Amino acid sequence: MPTVRFQLDGAPVSVDVAPDTPLLYVLREQLGLSNPHFGCGLAQCGACTVHLDGEPLRACVAPAASVEGHAVTTLRGLGSPEHPHPVQQAWLEEQVPQCGYCVNGWLMTAAALLKHQPKATDAELRQGLAGLKCRCGTHLSILRAIKRAQLMINGGAST
Amino acid sequence: MSGFSRREFLLASGALVVAVSTPAPAALLAADGALVSGALPAPGELDSWLAILPDGSVQACFGKMDMGHALEVSIAQIVAEELDVAVSQVALVMGDTMTTCNQGGASGSTGIALGAKPLRNAAAEARRLLLQAAARSLSADVGELEVREGVVSIRGRSTASVTYAALIGGQRFNAPVEWNKATGNGMDIKVQATPKHPSQYRLVGTSVPRRDVAGKVFGTRDFVTDIRLPGLLHARMIRPPKAGQTIAHVDEASVAALPGVRVVHEQELLAVVAEHEWTAVQAARALAVTWADSTPPTRWPGHEQLHARLRAAPALKREVTLNHGDVEAVFATATRVIEAEYDWPLQSHASMGPACAVADVRADQATVWTGSQKPHAVRDGVAKLLALPPERVRAVWVMGPGSYGRNDAGDAAMDAAWLSGRLGHPVRVQGTRWEGTAWDPKGPACAHRARAALDASGNVIAYDFTARGLSRVGVMFHEADPRDTLTGMALGMPLNSDLGLGAPAESYGFAAKRLAWEVVAPLQERYSPLRTSHLRDPLGPEVHFGSEQFIDELAAAAHQDPVEFRLRYLTAPRDLAVVRAAAERAGWTPHAGPRRERGPGDVLKGRGISFAQRSDTTVAVIAEVEVSPSTGRIWARRFVVAHDCGLVINPRGLTQTIEGNIVQGLSRTLFEEVHFDAEQVLSVDWASYPILELADAPETVDVVLINPTQAPPSGAGEPTMRCVPAAVANAFYDATGVRLRRAPFTAARVKAALKTHA
Ligand code: FES
Ligand code: FES
Repeated sequence: MPTVRFQLDGAPVSVDVAPDTPLLYVLREQLGLSNPHFGCGLAQCGACTVHLDGEPLRACVAPAASVEGHAVTTLRGLGSPEHPHPVQQAWLEEQVPQCGYCVNGWLMTAAALLKHQPKATDAELRQGLAGLKCRCGTHLSILRAIKRAQLMINGGAST
Repeated sequence: MSGFSRREFLLASGALVVAVSTPAPAALLAADGALVSGALPAPGELDSWLAILPDGSVQACFGKMDMGHALEVSIAQIVAEELDVAVSQVALVMGDTMTTCNQGGASGSTGIALGAKPLRNAAAEARRLLLQAAARSLSADVGELEVREGVVSIRGRSTASVTYAALIGGQRFNAPVEWNKATGNGMDIKVQATPKHPSQYRLVGTSVPRRDVAGKVFGTRDFVTDIRLPGLLHARMIRPPKAGQTIAHVDEASVAALPGVRVVHEQELLAVVAEHEWTAVQAARALAVTWADSTPPTRWPGHEQLHARLRAAPALKREVTLNHGDVEAVFATATRVIEAEYDWPLQSHASMGPACAVADVRADQATVWTGSQKPHAVRDGVAKLLALPPERVRAVWVMGPGSYGRNDAGDAAMDAAWLSGRLGHPVRVQGTRWEGTAWDPKGPACAHRARAALDASGNVIAYDFTARGLSRVGVMFHEADPRDTLTGMALGMPLNSDLGLGAPAESYGFAAKRLAWEVVAPLQERYSPLRTSHLRDPLGPEVHFGSEQFIDELAAAAHQDPVEFRLRYLTAPRDLAVVRAAAERAGWTPHAGPRRERGPGDVLKGRGISFAQRSDTTVAVIAEVEVSPSTGRIWARRFVVAHDCGLVINPRGLTQTIEGNIVQGLSRTLFEEVHFDAEQVLSVDWASYPILELADAPETVDVVLINPTQAPPSGAGEPTMRCVPAAVANAFYDATGVRLRRAPFTAARVKAALKTHA
């Protein structure tokens, strides 16, 4: 079985795996990570989102071979309780999650969006985060949290 | 994540939590995830509810589930309040049938209303016993003692003190309590102590932050999907692609090339199992199955013809829930009769992830890890399936995708248990998106009819509402019997379906009034993807979509303002109070008939109110919508909610729970309908079963919490949801003058409705 090598949360990993195995299964089963979740397997919900070289990637449909030589970041690499990413801090302060199954997708996608558009308006956020699902309906908390994260990122300057 | 989550076991392994004499040490439990104690906690013992650990922390064993509604912290607040400890000193053990009594799991928004009762009593009793012991230890009278954060001292002499931990830490109370012999939601205990009066509360009623959030935000806590055991096999279930089909032949050679795949087949139960998950996925896709149509072939009406079928089908059961005055005689005297019909679709739980469960079945015991909101039901169902005594089965709830009632979680638990028993290995069953959307039990479709009699001055003199639909218990709302799961149905067990629906919950004082419900036959009896059961706030949105829209229609017919009309006829004081509070917060301007207020571009703006009771909770919701006739889009931009659920425990948690109700309710109102044709469910994923996304989320949900501290808490997990559909429909009418009597209000349907009335 071919070996796929990539950076995972800053450390090199190599996995022996059929090249067309979706990255999600490699991360969850071979590499023992639990944060990217299986929600649909169809690139429709975002639950499995990781970053590939800093950009959101839906791991459920990305073949393992496609990340060869690249840097994959998961929620664990985004931040930790000791060093939270602003979106994590904001999600915590706003008590966003209900069941929490969608949270990985929102955090990973929102973190990338805010990197490009730290001052995204309400309308831009609503558009930029299209395609993410939250079945519990925490959308109001999500919007509050992103606006809170924007304040942290933009040094308190409101937009 | 390696192996079974140690955290779960560490929590559950406190020295005196369980009613067994010597709980196994944490290390042993962690080494053997399938350990079953062989004894169930006894509700009649204080030690089954509460323990003080050597470090002074308190373990409270809760037989219900927090699904992310701040229930965990609320229960901790209640326990801390009675015991006079800090909330941070209280840890909840929940969801493990070996360590918690069967309080019914998550059920009917009763987490606090009923679920907190035994723990409140147990905590008060523990405090009483601890104070007795402290009085002996300090040579004082109980009346002289005070408690702060678990330290008992003589009032005014804080140097003479003793801690709860020193009094009992790590030992059992060995004290009986009087169990009311109820199991499930009604379980309660009587104790000698008297719990505090609400006027003494200092922790209850404050917004203590939830404790489940960090684990979800940093991904440091396991979901049920993350449970791993040594020797675990991954399974995928194979379901018939078309209505009523059965297995004619399974060609096992079709998966022979995939490493280590096994096919398990008995009657209609079919699964593929593999060591690696992706192999199981590939095997499920590759397995060649020949399916046979049933004779005669099962044919569904299709979602477009469903409501005609619901109206035409004979009622298998009719129940009149209220019959006041001589309704028929009064109708005969009417100046005007108003009539309307309201159609609600089949809806899916469509949980964020399809169901997953892990089971480890041994010769004489079984452990199941499940995301089901009723783990005790899973225990009982698995025990029946495997013919084991319930005390030899342990079901452990591990947080999963939100379940919102009877979703697919129980089916997965049962399938996993059956497969593990058959294979002699731990088995993990993971559903596909198709199963999560197309095969979960559905919220029942309805076709209601309403009529009212008006006299010459526009007074409502008679009112007659009949809710009609598929049964809310086509399969039971829990999995305590395998006959109610796909597993049991596939294995040919006798059916266990029941007939039930529900009527509007309100207090309109019409002189002659009849409320009734009627249930018609299911679309397919056995092993059906369209079987019906509880979906969050069962029958709430379905029924009040009709009844609260009809009230609005009556107000319009009588040329009255919708708020004033409700105030005129409602009789219960708390109902009147929420309607007034919502109108006041919204700045409601009285008006009769639609206002068709213009917004930017072609936008029309409107406001609508809706109100309903649920148990002892009462809620009024005002929706403000913007309608674009050209695109058919409805944006429910602002909601005002006035909410009275009795005594408020945690205002922030409550407010967010109400917001979630609004958004999920809005999603169901605007977007959600299970599509199907004569033989296939067509709603199979997020593209074919769309739900609300961020773009359509409201801007504001303004919540007025009415907090009648003299009224006991009565539940908030669901009541708001039932008000949403009619509030939006009524707002749409105010904006456009057009009624939407069929949900959901998709863009296509909105455009069609406006065109018809143009
Ligand atoms: S699981 Fe990958 S997008 Fe849904
Ligand atoms: S919090 Fe449950 S799906 Fe988003």
